[in-house]
Order: sequence, then C-alpha cells, then structure tokens
Amino acid sequence: MARNNGTQVKDPFRKYDLTLAERLYIPAIAKGMAVTLSHFFKKPVTIQYPEQKPKVSHRWRGRHVLKRDEFGRERCVGCQMCELACPADAITIQAGEVPPERRHLHTTERYSITYEIDMLRCIYCGLCEEACPEAAIFLTPFYEFAEDSREKLIYNKEMLTEKIGGPIFYKD
Amino acid sequence: MPDIAAFLLEKILLAVFLFIVVLAVVAYATLGERKIAGFFQDRHGPNRAGPWGLFQPIADGVKFFMKEEMIPDRASKVAFVIAPTFTFTAAGLLMAAIPFGDRILIGGREVLLQLADIHIGILYILAVGSLGVYGIIVGGWASNNKYSLMGGLRASSQMISYEIAMGLAIVALLIDHGTPSLRQIVLQQSGSLWHWSVFSNPLGFLIFYVAAFAEASRIPFDLPEAENELVAGYHTEYSSMKFGLFQFGEYTHMTLSSGIIATLYFGGWNIPWVAVPEQATFWWGLLTFAVFWAKTLFFMFVFMWVRWTIPRFRYDQLMYLGWKRLIPLGILNIFLTAGLLLLFQQIGWAR
Repeated sequence: MARNNGTQVKDPFRKYDLTLAERLYIPAIAKGMAVTLSHFFKKPVTIQYPEQKPKVSHRWRGRHVLKRDEFGRERCVGCQMCELACPADAITIQAGEVPPERRHLHTTERYSITYEIDMLRCIYCGLCEEACPEAAIFLTPFYEFAEDSREKLIYNKEMLTEKIGGPIFYKD
Repeated sequence: MPDIAAFLLEKILLAVFLFIVVLAVVAYATLGERKIAGFFQDRHGPNRAGPWGLFQPIADGVKFFMKEEMIPDRASKVAFVIAPTFTFTAAGLLMAAIPFGDRILIGGREVLLQLADIHIGILYILAVGSLGVYGIIVGGWASNNKYSLMGGLRASSQMISYEIAMGLAIVALLIDHGTPSLRQIVLQQSGSLWHWSVFSNPLGFLIFYVAAFAEASRIPFDLPEAENELVAGYHTEYSSMKFGLFQFGEYTHMTLSSGIIATLYFGGWNIPWVAVPEQATFWWGLLTFAVFWAKTLFFMFVFMWVRWTIPRFRYDQLMYLGWKRLIPLGILNIFLTAGLLLLFQQIGWAR
C-alpha cells in the first residue's frame, strides 16, 4: 500500500503537468481578475499627506534634542560618546573647559563648545541616544524639517538644545 | 453645388467634432489609466492637480510643451521627427470608419454619426491599423541606437504577428454577417441582446481580443515597453513632445480598438431590445453616441484591468502564442463558423 500522505498521484509519464483547462490559463486569468477587481473596490490605504499625517509612536526616532536638567543646566558634558557611537559619522564635537561666564549652565568643567549633527548623514538609528551617559541626547518623534539646501541641514548646538523649561522625561 | 458645399461642411464639422471628442477621451484615458491603476493597487491615483486629478492631463500637456527637445546628433533628423506622427496618424485614421452612433437630427439635417460608412469598413480598419507599425520601425531605426533598433524590431514583429490572427477572427465575423461595412454589422446586431456577435462567434471574439491586446502593446504583450523601461527600445531617444506623441498614439490606438471591439462584437451603438427607429431624432442620436462610448469605456477599463492582473509574456512565448496557437485557432474558428452557419441555415435557425 503506497503511502504518499494524501497528495494526488499523477502518472509520471503524462505529457503535460497541467490539465487542458489549466493550460488555457483562462480559469487562472479569471481568478486573478477577480482578485484585482476586489482590490479596485477596497478603500485605498494612502495617507494623504499633508492633510493627513501618519501616526508615529512616541519612541519613533526623528529629530534630535539635547536636554537640560531641572535647573536649566545643559546635561551634555562633551564626553563625545555619541560621536564615537555614531555609525554614520554625523556628529562633530569640540570639547573644552567651561569658561567662567557659563558656569551656571553646566554641572562639570567639561562641555561641548561646538556640537554639530549633519541631519543628512544621520541615519536616525538612536545609537547616540543609547551611548550617552548623561541622558542628554534623545531622538524625538518630530520629522518635518525639510530644507532647501544642504547647509541648512547641519544643525548646531543652539538648534539642538531644548529651550529652558522643556519637559523632563526619560524614554522608557 | 450648394448640396456639395453643405455635404462638405457637414463632414468637416463632424470630423472636427469627433476628433475633439476622441482626443478628449484619450487625454482623460491617460488620467483614467493612472487612477484606475491606483485603485487596483490600493492607492489613489493622481489627485493633486485639480479635484480627483482632473487637471492632470492638462498638466502633462504643458509639461510636454515645456520640456527640452533633444534630437541625437547622428540620427536621421527627418525620419526621427516624423516617426511619432506615423503612430498617431495611423491610430487617428481609424476613427474615420468607426460608427460612433446612429443618425442624429440636428438643425433639420439628418447626420450619420460616422465619418464614412465605407462599404469595406473592416478592411479599412485592418489596413490603417497596420500602418502604426511604421512609426515604431522608423523610430527605432532613426534613433541611431542599437537598442532602439532591436526594440523597434521586436515591437513591430509582435504587431505584425498578431495582425494575422486579427484578420482570421474577422474573416469568421464576415462569414457571419456577410458584409464588411461597419454600419451594416452594427445594424445586424440590433434587436435582441442575443444578436450581438459575441454570442454567435465567441471564439472569434476571444482571438480578436487577445490580438487587440498585442496590437496595442498592452500587458501582457508589452515586452517592447517593459524593455524600454529597463534597457532601451524604440522610444529611448525621444524626449518631450515627440515622446508624448508616441504615448498619445498608443492610447488613441487602445481607445479606438476598444471602440472597434464594441462595434464588431457587442452591438456598437445598439441598445439591447431597442429597435432602430425609422426616423432619427436628436435624442436618439445622442443616446446611441452615449451607448457607444459607454461600451468603449468599459472595454478600455478591461484593458487596464488585465494590465494589472497578468504578468507579461517573454518574447518567445509571445511569438509562440501568436503563430502556433492563435492562427490555428483562428482557422479552426473559420471552419466552425462556416459549418455552423450552413447547419443553422438548413435547420432554419439562421438568417
């Protein structure tokens, strides 16, 4: 007794693999056209940007922000961990000693004099956020920052640091 | 003399009117294609240029006017520029014989909504439709580009292969109707729904329809165009308006092919179970015109429907289908039709 787990056994010496009806392809075409037609009457899945915007999660990796602590002091200490971690070499930092006039803005002697992120090089992976020991840099869910020149998309520290009084939250 | 002048004026006005109508339908067929393609793919088509994208064809027209025209340095200039006009002219000439409607009463005159009721209408259609191949060959050759040449040769070989199948399908239709005049064919299909030729000649319809797809280079027979997207093809070197004319010619061909299919097999401007009146009125003419276009638009929709369903043929599969399957089927269909007609005449079923 042949065991073939239920598959239909066809004569291996027959001329064609398909039946005549199958070879005409008419049933196949008709079934295909039925499927296509059903899609014609379904609601399209398009999100009509800019009238409608896609919903992104609060963990979605968009524009970066350098946060301050509850006293208004910048958390970034210029340790350059994010610059090291960045796989796209998008972050450029010049670190230095905090000058006397800026003492009230920092918790330590070291700070980032210049902090540039090239938003066009950045791949929005979030490794800088993971690498930061001070919980200074985060990626926010904001994504509408298109510009018309490459220069405008190299963000410096002023553009990246949040304003005083911004929300304090740690990403979960 | 005044008779001839009135006749000429009537024909010229009718020609201009029909030309404008067909061009408008073709222009909006491009929009329709994109919208319908979108809905088949679960997306909207163009909807930014005007409500539902209704200004899109105008935007496309303006784009074609404003784009830079390029003629390759070593191309045969005259042939290069003329080639797209062959395609469009051949497609446009088709509209001379198609019956767009029955007689219409305008301003006291009874005007037939058909530019020329040629007594060999079908032969004219076949002949003129074949002229479109010249555009492809000349375009491919004049481009001074190896790939364009090969693409053009492939496209033209595809088109001429399927013209034979088309002709054979039409022979069977001629046996059924006994006259190549398109108006007579439509009139013979009046009366009941079952008088439509698709019921007396279903195999012929299938063969003709498949051949029409191949003539219009529509998927699944669009290998010339798919290659164009990927590699090259007969309209690689064409830019701006000349390219636009190639595309426009292709859409015109598709539109008028749909019209021909509606005429030959689906009763043309006939409404099922409505008899053709002795005296035509304005409303009757308008009604038949609308019915013709409704059927034509439906077949255009089917063209697009099939396009987004079936994958395209490989070149050798295409040739095999045309020569070794459709032509024998066409010949078989002729024998069948003739035999059945004889049989039904003996029994008394046929006219």
